[in-house]
Amino acid sequence: MDLPMNPNAQPASFGAQAADGAGGTAGQFITCTLDAAEFGIDIMAVREIKGWTETTAIPHAPSWIRGVINLRGVIVPILDLRARFGMAATSATPMHVVVIIQIGARLAGLLVDAVSDIIDVAPGEVRPVPEMGAQAPECLLSGLVPLERGMVALVSLDALLNFGEEVLAMPATLNA
Amino acid sequence: MSFDHLRATYFEESAELLESAYAQLSDLAEGREDGETVHALFRAIHSIKGGGGAFGFDRLVRLAHGMETLLDLLREGTLPLDAAQVALLLRGADALADLLAAERGGTAVAAGFEDALMQAFRIAAEAPAGAPRVVAAPATAAPVDLPEGWRIDFRPRPELFRNANEPLLLVRQLQRLGPVTVTADLTRLPPLERMEAEDAYLDWHFVLQAAVPRGSVEEVFEFVADDCELTISPIAAEVVAEADTPQEAAPAEIAPVAAQAVAATTPQAAAASQPAAQSMRVDVQKIDRLVNLVGEMVIGQAMLVQHAGSLPPDLCPGLTAGLETLSQHLRELQEGVMSIRTQPVKSVFSRMPRLVRELSAQLGKDVRLVVTGESTEIDKTVVEQLADPLTHLLRNALDHGIETPDQREAAGKPRQGTVHLSAAQRSGRIVIELSDDGRGIDRARVLARARERGLVAPDAVLSESEIDELIFLPSFSTAATVSAVSGRGVGMDVVRRNIQALGGRIALESRFGSGSRFLLSLPLTLAVLDGLVVSVGREAYILPIAAIVESLRPRPEDIHAVVGRGDVLSIRGAYIPLLPLHRHFAVPEAEADPSRGIVVIVETDHAGQLGLLVDDLVGQQQVVVKSLEANYGRVEGIGGATILGDGRVALILDIPGLGLGQGRVAASAPRSPATPSALQ
Repeated sequence: MDLPMNPNAQPASFGAQAADGAGGTAGQFITCTLDAAEFGIDIMAVREIKGWTETTAIPHAPSWIRGVINLRGVIVPILDLRARFGMAATSATPMHVVVIIQIGARLAGLLVDAVSDIIDVAPGEVRPVPEMGAQAPECLLSGLVPLERGMVALVSLDALLNFGEEVLAMPATLNA
Repeated sequence: MSFDHLRATYFEESAELLESAYAQLSDLAEGREDGETVHALFRAIHSIKGGGGAFGFDRLVRLAHGMETLLDLLREGTLPLDAAQVALLLRGADALADLLAAERGGTAVAAGFEDALMQAFRIAAEAPAGAPRVVAAPATAAPVDLPEGWRIDFRPRPELFRNANEPLLLVRQLQRLGPVTVTADLTRLPPLERMEAEDAYLDWHFVLQAAVPRGSVEEVFEFVADDCELTISPIAAEVVAEADTPQEAAPAEIAPVAAQAVAATTPQAAAASQPAAQSMRVDVQKIDRLVNLVGEMVIGQAMLVQHAGSLPPDLCPGLTAGLETLSQHLRELQEGVMSIRTQPVKSVFSRMPRLVRELSAQLGKDVRLVVTGESTEIDKTVVEQLADPLTHLLRNALDHGIETPDQREAAGKPRQGTVHLSAAQRSGRIVIELSDDGRGIDRARVLARARERGLVAPDAVLSESEIDELIFLPSFSTAATVSAVSGRGVGMDVVRRNIQALGGRIALESRFGSGSRFLLSLPLTLAVLDGLVVSVGREAYILPIAAIVESLRPRPEDIHAVVGRGDVLSIRGAYIPLLPLHRHFAVPEAEADPSRGIVVIVETDHAGQLGLLVDDLVGQQQVVVKSLEANYGRVEGIGGATILGDGRVALILDIPGLGLGQGRVAASAPRSPATPSALQ
């Protein structure tokens, strides 16, 4: 799962998907920062934003799964977004932020450095993610939005949460 | 209430009605029926028909109607009840179940699927009108048992009106049968100032002048039978006198019939109205919410106890006592709420007779299924997930276990094979037993097949129980030819996995030549678990108490390293493989020296005992099982998660899964501390 990914140059989006993404991902997005990069999370999927709390580690989990927390009685996994995008794992402090999202019936928390803004994105503003070749197994972005202050990469939450048993059972991640 | 909702309710109710119909049919087949059985059966089929008509399920209605016609003749005694008719009715119920399932799933059933059955019903229903009746009453135009008319005394109870029934509609329906004289009886009508608006004061007497069977009259009152007092008596004296029967005999004959009718109607109404008042239908989601809430309360209470424990004991003595009372009440509340979720295993057991009927016909075997303990209650989720494993086991028993009648005879057994399915509650668990008197497991053949497949080393010596274990291995099947029923070798390992997923165990006893016995032991509920909290590094894990044999701090000299197999612990002359949890789960900063930690010895199903090395024991407590799968996924060796008193999440170990992973890891990947499993 060691993907040599650069958040500003996302790999593996085929033309059709990118076009889809460009047409379908308009709306409001919460932007959050990871180092210097800015990511957009669909505001409709966001359930709450909370401070970082200690997690319980899950054995045999990929390195980007920080573990699970108790969210008012529900067990919710926390994804380290930075690690997910191939950067070094976040050394989390109480100043870090967890964005709780819901896709379908599934809840997950995204660990990010900070939440910075809410942006309105019109359909035409979304640019497709450039195709980077077939070497990357998945595409975690659904589009790019150029803003005056820089670029915001829209996170494809479906792809992000689409960790089935295959992904979790990947042995390479165990002792990573 | 939306249409879809109504539809869903109809299917739910129909499933329940069918279930009761099957129960009544099996009573009939076993000769356990009483006067009420056929009536109850008729009501069940009639209700399915009625609802089906409302939704336009025409084929279903026609089939149900065919069954009804036959049942009608049976309950009037026009037609004697025998095994052939019960078998026919069972086939009818099966077909009804299929049609219902098809309507529910929106799939189509092949045209003409029920035609043969309909024909059979028609023949069965026509038979008495032809042959036997002619002998009994020759040359009588009207059958003797049809009186000239009926006198009906009808006293509605207030519930009748509360359930939105309208007597006028009943009168109109009666009128369709023939001319009706209606007399209202006002004797119970109180003076206006004492009249309760919602009470029922009027009685009616109807005289129906039509030679119709009693069933047609009862049918009119079918849906209000529980909410009224109803007496239906034949007006018959003159009619019978006109017939060929001697005049003196007539009243004597009629009187008991009338008396019987009253007797049959009244207790029936009483019996039917009682359970209706004592149970109610509740949405499962509402119950689950309650269960969850109680779970939260248990966690909250654990939290309170933990905080109270950190206070000086003499600071507030009332607090400790109060907390203790609270804990007790909470436990009772929890048990109460859990018991709402339980369901008799009947709901899954009742599907099995059909399977046995169909399979034995398909396989050309004669098999009797004896079911006992079907009222044993178990968590709804467990019940639902039992169906597949039980079906598998039953298929296997019929296909591989029970021999053909000829083979059985040659072996000195009765031609008919017997499969016994039972459920019972034993020491906090449910034990389900499925035994057959078939040929049992041919261990020599099993071993040969396992060697052939390379599952066992050619020179390995296996004990009988180890050989029996082999059939639970994936892709193992001894059936020489793959049959449609079973024998693809995808059975037993899946069964075991399903049972283990429910926190259960499966064991097998078999004697070659005389049969096999599968024992399934299941927890009463999946929602709460008695657990031992252990610490490993900074993590806490829960071990299910049920799996724990003992715990000890080993002496350094009892730990032996076995080359390539990791450490083993010698205890009272036996060697138990050690599984350091910190290494298995890659937990940092944990105690690596077994003699400085604690070894918890647990019982696994297939790998025998296993010693889990942990840092320390924290305490025993009841934990609420939460799903890790819902938001994350399955993790091997982890059965779920729970929330501890301090709000932290702790993972619950899945002991069978742990042993399983162990066996698999030992066989394939070199990265884990390999421990020998029983078979390698």
